[in-house]
Amino acid sequence: MAKPSTRRPGFSRRAQYGLFLSYVIAVGGMLFAALLLLIAIIDPTGFNALKGAALDVTRPVAAAGHGIAGFFGGIGESVGNYFRAGSQNAALKQKLQDSRRKLIEARATELENKRLKALLRLTDEVEDEVAVARIVGSSFDSARRLATLSAGASSGIRPGQPVRSADGLIGRVIETGRWASRILLVSDGASNVPVRLVRDGTPAIAGGHGDGTLDLKTLEVGRNPFRRGDVLVTSGVGGVYPPNIPVAVVVSVDGDRTVAKPLADPSAVDYAMVLNIYQPLADVPLSDTSENALRGAGQ
Amino acid sequence: MSRIAGSSRDVALMSFRRQAVPILSTLAAALLDLLPVVMTWPIVPDFAFLVLIAWRLLRPEMWQAHTALPLGLFNDLVAGHPIGQSMALWTLTFLLLDLLDSRVDWRDYWMDWLFAAAAILFYSAGSWYVARLMGSATPYAVMLPQLAMSVCAYPLVARLVVALDRWRLSR
Repeated sequence: MAKPSTRRPGFSRRAQYGLFLSYVIAVGGMLFAALLLLIAIIDPTGFNALKGAALDVTRPVAAAGHGIAGFFGGIGESVGNYFRAGSQNAALKQKLQDSRRKLIEARATELENKRLKALLRLTDEVEDEVAVARIVGSSFDSARRLATLSAGASSGIRPGQPVRSADGLIGRVIETGRWASRILLVSDGASNVPVRLVRDGTPAIAGGHGDGTLDLKTLEVGRNPFRRGDVLVTSGVGGVYPPNIPVAVVVSVDGDRTVAKPLADPSAVDYAMVLNIYQPLADVPLSDTSENALRGAGQ
Repeated sequence: MSRIAGSSRDVALMSFRRQAVPILSTLAAALLDLLPVVMTWPIVPDFAFLVLIAWRLLRPEMWQAHTALPLGLFNDLVAGHPIGQSMALWTLTFLLLDLLDSRVDWRDYWMDWLFAAAAILFYSAGSWYVARLMGSATPYAVMLPQLAMSVCAYPLVARLVVALDRWRLSR
């Protein structure tokens, strides 16, 4: 395609001013967007009302996604069967497929049973759970590792609460709508979970790497205490995550760099449990008195 | 519908289709984020951005640069990006492409792909940098598979957009 011979839209003053105005709007709007972004960076919870509303509006779509995907898959299949109909072969195949489907269904039911049982036992252990919900989506095309949960503020979910499954820790809530919420997975680059080694209790920090793995950082210098296959659980330090939730297993140790894989795979778990903040006072900002006292101690 | 518009209603319908198809296809691509797909590794391209730049490169005169603002806001809200990220990055991409259009004499298929690749790199790096400012310690190397997938997916998306364009302008 050839470029226009001149950058002016023509001899019409109106068209020229219109073009100029559109650039003014574009640049102004971009600066405004940058300002919004700056606000979001300084105060990540600032637009929670707006983002929560968007979560609520899009939630039915996300939740219905499973059904719709199955429906469209079914159409293609039935068209294929129609063309083969009449021949006995097709009928037999159909029968075989039916029984196979039933078998898979039975297996799925069995798995679901097992999972629900595990969840029940888990509920016995941990009493202060807020809600049990499904993971219905994720930010699969961005640099962040976020997931959407099918329950929100109306179920008592608040930003900051930890989320786990029967297998282990999944992450923590960062935004809430009324009927949906967004969670920061442990594998996100902004997530840092205080953990300890089950074998000998060595404390460490598990930070997300952004690609589904975790980087382990210890306070010790010069010696890497981790071995392949070591299991890490939350230590309860920091007061957000309750202690003794399984987090990750070490998959490779390479000099100073230790890579661990989260035990709970958010793409495989169906049910996630939202827990209360372990020590709610840990999340509260300091009062004026204590802040002044600290400042006095510093001087 | 016949090939010749018989009534003012037909004309209105056709002109609505002409104007709405690019916008609606971009919004639909943004809604792909709602699919119940849970992935812990960024490899799926951001189709909303691909559709957007495919329309922009195919029909440079169709959208003013500020059209990207509301589209970006919609994408931010649906995808859960910090509000303003897509708004700012998409509008800046449009302005840069406007600048490029006034400098480059001829564009062919390969040039389009090159510009699209540059735009994708800019968008990917920009959103990675915003994530970094928000406290995410993800190294950029993690984004490379997604970058490669996006650049490879662009011709497919561009074909789809061309097909939509033909349908949009057909009588």
